[in-house]
Amino acid sequence: MWRSCLRLRDAGRRLLNRPRGSFTASEGSGPSPSTPARAYAPPAERKRFYQNVSIAQGEGGFEINLDHRKLRTPGAKIFTVPSEALAVAVATEWDSQQDTIRPYTMHLTTLCNTALDNPTQRDKDQLIRAAVKFLDTDTICYRVEEPEALAELQRREWDPVAEWAERRYSVEIGSSTSILGPSIPARTREVLASHLASYSMWALQGIEFVVTQLKSIVLTLGLLDRHLTVEQAVLLSRLEEEYQIQKWGSIEWAHDYERQELRARTAAGTLFVHLCSESTTVKHKLLQASG
Amino acid sequence: MAALGSPARTWLGLLRELRYLNAATGRPYRDTAAYRYLVKAFRAHRVTSEKLCRAQHELHFQAATYLCLLRSIRAHVALHQEFHGKGERSVEESAGLVGLKLPQQPGGKGWEP
Repeated sequence: MWRSCLRLRDAGRRLLNRPRGSFTASEGSGPSPSTPARAYAPPAERKRFYQNVSIAQGEGGFEINLDHRKLRTPGAKIFTVPSEALAVAVATEWDSQQDTIRPYTMHLTTLCNTALDNPTQRDKDQLIRAAVKFLDTDTICYRVEEPEALAELQRREWDPVAEWAERRYSVEIGSSTSILGPSIPARTREVLASHLASYSMWALQGIEFVVTQLKSIVLTLGLLDRHLTVEQAVLLSRLEEEYQIQKWGSIEWAHDYERQELRARTAAGTLFVHLCSESTTVKHKLLQASG
Repeated sequence: MAALGSPARTWLGLLRELRYLNAATGRPYRDTAAYRYLVKAFRAHRVTSEKLCRAQHELHFQAATYLCLLRSIRAHVALHQEFHGKGERSVEESAGLVGLKLPQQPGGKGWEP
């Protein structure tokens, strides 16, 4: 009875298929767990098979060692990341696994695996196109007309963000209450696409991931430019749901669950992009200035 | 619009999360690579006193994002354990819910090996 009340979006499907986590963040995640004896029994989880997690610096970047073994991606490549901070965070993820390994808690590892393996085999242009495509169905641009309180809330919360994006990138975005959505001028698409092109391939994987999670490219740009915090972006993305929760009450095992999961993924994606985009030269200068 | 709060609060939050992460392993959190890296990063950027220092803001934003990540993963796992981690009930338990018991057949059901 309760299940029919849940909107069966992405998270809803996951509620039914949990806890099979996969290690790559591709949208079409694999088929449901191959038939255990019962219809739904938690599949056997891998136990933690290592004591120590350490970081080593190789030629290509930083690698993670589980005891004496090198960590590898699902595509059997050696796991190498360009940024030390990212390596530390990934090592912390692996180290925080207690008796069993839970892949669904290791978002940064998943993102790195996706960047290394590129399982969907998309190039930079395809990733950019995938992200900019969300502009046509951007959450921020879809407004309701009733209930009036929700329409007002959307204007109050989403208008400032849309205006910020329009000012920052000198584009027009607008909003719409029709089912067809806003009409985005081609120039806006071009400007945003060329802005995204300045990011590296790794960063773009992260950006596309965040856009898919938040269902909004405007909110993602707000995160990338540090205009919004993760909590704010998630709230804005789930504005209607939060409105309904305030009105009708919160169901902990669904609403809180989804909110925390969305926050985790968005935070991981944002951190991933920032860590992949920063350059070490900036850090060195600051260290010298303070030293 | 970035309501980041104060760096001190973010720092304390991060320490707390690291403590939680390492509580189970029993290793002191000060030994972890994450702690050492964070100390180095916060110290390096603390010296500039300008409030508008962009690098400081960038670091603080990264730290706050990482804190959000750790917190939400912990909350998510806790919720999952509590509400979705138990799997399905066995046939005996399901029968017991409505006050029934499965029949005992000492000789087996005939078609079982």
